[in-house]
Amino acid sequence: MTFSAGKYDVIVIGAGHAGSEAALASSRLGCRTLCLTISMDAIALMPCNPAVGGPGKSHLVREVDALGGEIALNADKTFIQMRMINTGKGPAVRALRCQSDKRLYQYEMSGVLQREKNLHMKQDLVEEIIIKNGQVKGVITLAGAVYWSPTVILAGGTYLRGRIIMGDLNYSSGPAGYFPANKLSDNLRSHGFELVRFNTSTPARIDGDTVDYSSLTEQVGDEEEYYFSYMSHGQKRPRLPCWLTYTNTKTHEIILENLDKSPLARGEYSAKAPRYCPSIEDKVVRFTNKESHQVFLEPEGWDTKEIYVQGMSTSLPLDIQLEMLRSIKGLGKVEIMRPGYAIEYDCIQPKQLELNLGVRGVEGLYSAGQMNGTSGYEEAAAQGILAGINAAMYVKGRAPVTFSRSEAYIGVLVDDLVTKGTEEPYRILTSRAEYRLLLRQDNADLRLTEKGRKIGLVDDQRYEKFIERKNQIEELTEILEDSVINPGDEHGEKLLEELSSSPLKKSMSIGEILKRPELDSSHIERFLPGSEKYPRDVQEQVWIEFKYEGYIKKQIKQVENFKKLENRKIPPGIEFQGIRGMRMEAREKLQESKPMSVGQASRIPGVSPADINMLLIYLEQRRRETGGNEDEGG
Amino acid sequence: MYIDDTIAALATPLGEGGIGIVRISGPQAVDALEAIFRPKTEKRIRDFESHTLYLGNIISPRDGGVIDEALVAIMYAPRTFTREDVVEINCHGGSMPLRKTLEAVLAQGVRLAQPGEFTKRAFLNGRIDLVQAESILDIIRSRTHEGLRAAVDNLEGSISREIEGIRKQLSNILALVEVNIDFPEEDEEAAMGPGELEDELNKAAHEITRLLEGAGKGKILRDGIKVVIVGKPNVGKSSLLNTLLREKRAIVTDIPGTTRDIIEENLNLAGIPIRIIDTAGIRETGDEVEMIGVERSRKSLKNADLALIIFDITTGIQDEDGMIMDLVGDIPHLKLLNKIDLMDRAEELYDEEFIPISAKTGAGMDLLEKNIGKIIEMDNIIGDQPLINRIRHEQALQRALESIENAKKSSEVGHPLDIIAIDIKEAWSHLGEIVGDTVTEEILDIIFQEFCIGK
Ligand SMILES: Nc1nc2c(ncn2[C@@H]2O[C@H](COP(=O)(O)OP(=O)(O)OP(=O)(O)O)[C@@H](O)[C@H]2O)c(=O)[nH]1
Ligand SMILES: [Mg+2]
Repeated sequence: MTFSAGKYDVIVIGAGHAGSEAALASSRLGCRTLCLTISMDAIALMPCNPAVGGPGKSHLVREVDALGGEIALNADKTFIQMRMINTGKGPAVRALRCQSDKRLYQYEMSGVLQREKNLHMKQDLVEEIIIKNGQVKGVITLAGAVYWSPTVILAGGTYLRGRIIMGDLNYSSGPAGYFPANKLSDNLRSHGFELVRFNTSTPARIDGDTVDYSSLTEQVGDEEEYYFSYMSHGQKRPRLPCWLTYTNTKTHEIILENLDKSPLARGEYSAKAPRYCPSIEDKVVRFTNKESHQVFLEPEGWDTKEIYVQGMSTSLPLDIQLEMLRSIKGLGKVEIMRPGYAIEYDCIQPKQLELNLGVRGVEGLYSAGQMNGTSGYEEAAAQGILAGINAAMYVKGRAPVTFSRSEAYIGVLVDDLVTKGTEEPYRILTSRAEYRLLLRQDNADLRLTEKGRKIGLVDDQRYEKFIERKNQIEELTEILEDSVINPGDEHGEKLLEELSSSPLKKSMSIGEILKRPELDSSHIERFLPGSEKYPRDVQEQVWIEFKYEGYIKKQIKQVENFKKLENRKIPPGIEFQGIRGMRMEAREKLQESKPMSVGQASRIPGVSPADINMLLIYLEQRRRETGGNEDEGG
Repeated sequence: MYIDDTIAALATPLGEGGIGIVRISGPQAVDALEAIFRPKTEKRIRDFESHTLYLGNIISPRDGGVIDEALVAIMYAPRTFTREDVVEINCHGGSMPLRKTLEAVLAQGVRLAQPGEFTKRAFLNGRIDLVQAESILDIIRSRTHEGLRAAVDNLEGSISREIEGIRKQLSNILALVEVNIDFPEEDEEAAMGPGELEDELNKAAHEITRLLEGAGKGKILRDGIKVVIVGKPNVGKSSLLNTLLREKRAIVTDIPGTTRDIIEENLNLAGIPIRIIDTAGIRETGDEVEMIGVERSRKSLKNADLALIIFDITTGIQDEDGMIMDLVGDIPHLKLLNKIDLMDRAEELYDEEFIPISAKTGAGMDLLEKNIGKIIEMDNIIGDQPLINRIRHEQALQRALESIENAKKSSEVGHPLDIIAIDIKEAWSHLGEIVGDTVTEEILDIIFQEFCIGK
């Protein structure tokens, strides 16, 4: 029996990393929002590694932050160590990564959600989406509650028809022992959506008291204080170390001998697993020449003994898991607290989405996170905020918000998903971004905060802080451009000698001088006494722009070219099948993805430059036949 | 890429003697002109009146030397054929300087136009109507299909195969760079040793240089494709040369054995530079000078790209003709039946094998030009691929080389990996223009295959 349980502007299904951001975004934009979660204890759960950030991922985190999202602030409140990685590999790929206190992370995020005034958190399991005449109407839950709303955001994570696999044992379950959502998949299919089945695995959590740390390498975080959000500066948190150990030939033998006990290794499951996150079984089988693999021991928090064994994802039976772990140095007497497992789940084939994460063909329905075939908390959060924003835009009758590949990693992520679809759980990587020197984590705020302000998610406090930072950057840039050192200048010459930099032949601005290979941002203060008043991140940012000016300009030019094709819009409702002169394969691919711009069309695998020429000609012919009334962009 | 980068091509029909036009269209057209043109007036190029001719010199960007004296006109958008900025450079020093001028323009980051591309732009920019455009669109359509086939065929072709090889090399370098960036600390074996990147880049640069220097064929833009006219004495070889050039370049008499030395001239066919060579008639002879000439004829046949074998309709096919056919062997060739003006209804003789012409009246020249064009573009006359592709390849290789040199420089001054990767990716995509793949997917595939990464 069902009953009418209330009306909302936005309903978010799921309160994981996508659902949390989505619910916060829409409620903060003034929409009465309902967030339904399978368990109130599972809010912002980290069912895999207790960490946030890394290359590409930290970029996403900072972008979400720049738009007024929560993940960065929450990670900053709950980390147990913070590290800047890739420091020697360049400004574009430098990335922040933290180990999180998993439970504290949940606790803090749950608090933020509960305190949000337009947001209503409820525990229930959604079984049906109500769609009438191509318009979302609401949802029906297991408890029989019918919630009405013109917008629904799917953020169901890995819960949809979740199935846990551990050796020959397998059972219906969500992650980490939570309930699965078994009925929603069928309901989505009945609405005509295509679902795909993915698979991912996680390692065992071991008892920290049973590890022999004396034989392991300790890994502490950075001394220097880093934060994901510029809003978090000044917070201090106690640190915990991680530990490094290795598998060995004995470990590999155990795995190989017991491979037949893994139904995944036997090929009995067809769901696609991510190539970048292989199980230890996979690694041992595929890289036979490697005698050992790295294993990181990552504590899951202050108030737990549980330790995450990074590098040992597995779906082998429990006894074998224990045997293989015990063969590893430092883990000889280890006890498992939670076994590793593989989980299979349904998600939406993301080609059915639009760039605003709306589900094509259904007004008011949005989808975000692992639900769309991605993996990772950061990817989920990025989609969550975008879906939340767009649900709110829809409710308020405002124009949809999208991000371009040249503007944000969020844009790269969503465009990849929507345009190309994905064959495996999708993870963001810096190498996916064509213009990554422009999309740095240090300038996420400069790229996006104005946009976030216009959307309405950037509050006064954040905006003021942003303006202050922006002004400082401009000010310091100007000073460095204008301060010229002449040859023979006593202070200047002495300083250059001290820094083993060759003397000046002609007058040069400090900005110009700082481009020299032997100099970096730490020298700004030497050349320009008084510049200590600018924070480290401002100095760093300004220096990057000087140092890599030539390359930055080159990428800006590439972006200009890129935009020309992006701006050639394809009017909706085009029958790609009917384009004369285009190869059949290309027509089919276009028909399936329904690109919204020529640029997007050009990125669809199987569509060649020659096909794009045909498309351009077709669009021009059509424009003329229809009297040139259609928006052609430009 | 497809819309409004700047393109250029020769716009001179075959055999229009000394004058030829290099046409440039696109936003960088005027920039390109500025880089290579020294006007004789005081006026700055930027201040030139639109649609007005100015005299000056074309300067080689390589050595600063004067390539040719030329009349140029800038036609600012939108009152142009393509509705983009258009520059036309009228060279009059003959086809050699014309080609050098085109080469100089292409060196400014301008792309060689594809067949029908000016018209395509004219259409897309609303300059011409559909009916006007229809025929050219058909050409583009058929080309794209052929292009696709050619792209596949080309992969079997040797240059393309080598380019593909270099591209693979770059993919591997990039994969190594990217795995270091996106999966730090994950696979120690993937970590790059000192100097490893430089070594790899040097290898790739070396390969490209080797390819560019070419297997003895030289640069097409500089040399053109080699077309040799051969035949018995007195069949009308020199007459044909003169007719094609529209000038009395070679001596013509009715005495067999008139031409004693080879004569080389340049002309253009649909933008394709051709070096045409008239030879001494081939026959057994006791005359010492003539013998040397015959020897030279044989030699020039050796490295010909295309042979035009002339037969004399008034004498019919003779033994010596057979000998010449043997000499030509499997060099691509056309057989021409000359002096048809001396026969009634000779045009009807045209069949797949012989092209009937009259070097004297010019009859059959259209047919000849058409057949030359066909054989050059379709039948992969040079080496194993169409000439037009070779020019493109050459341009792509040149640009790829520059990008690799930049990457090396970046690495020398200590720039980090992400910066160096920009240049390597650029090199990759210049080569990728030929094969048309996307870099990201390929690199990721390599990363996931070759390296052990992941938690
Ligand atoms: N009627 C007529 N006469 C031609 C034609 N082509 C060439 N002749 C004449 O044939 C004679 C020989 O012409 P050339 O062009 O010198 O012949 P060639 O092949 O260069 O001769 P060698 O240099 O001696 O090998 C000249 O008298 C030409 O006028 C033609 O198409 N029609
Ligand atoms: Mg002669």
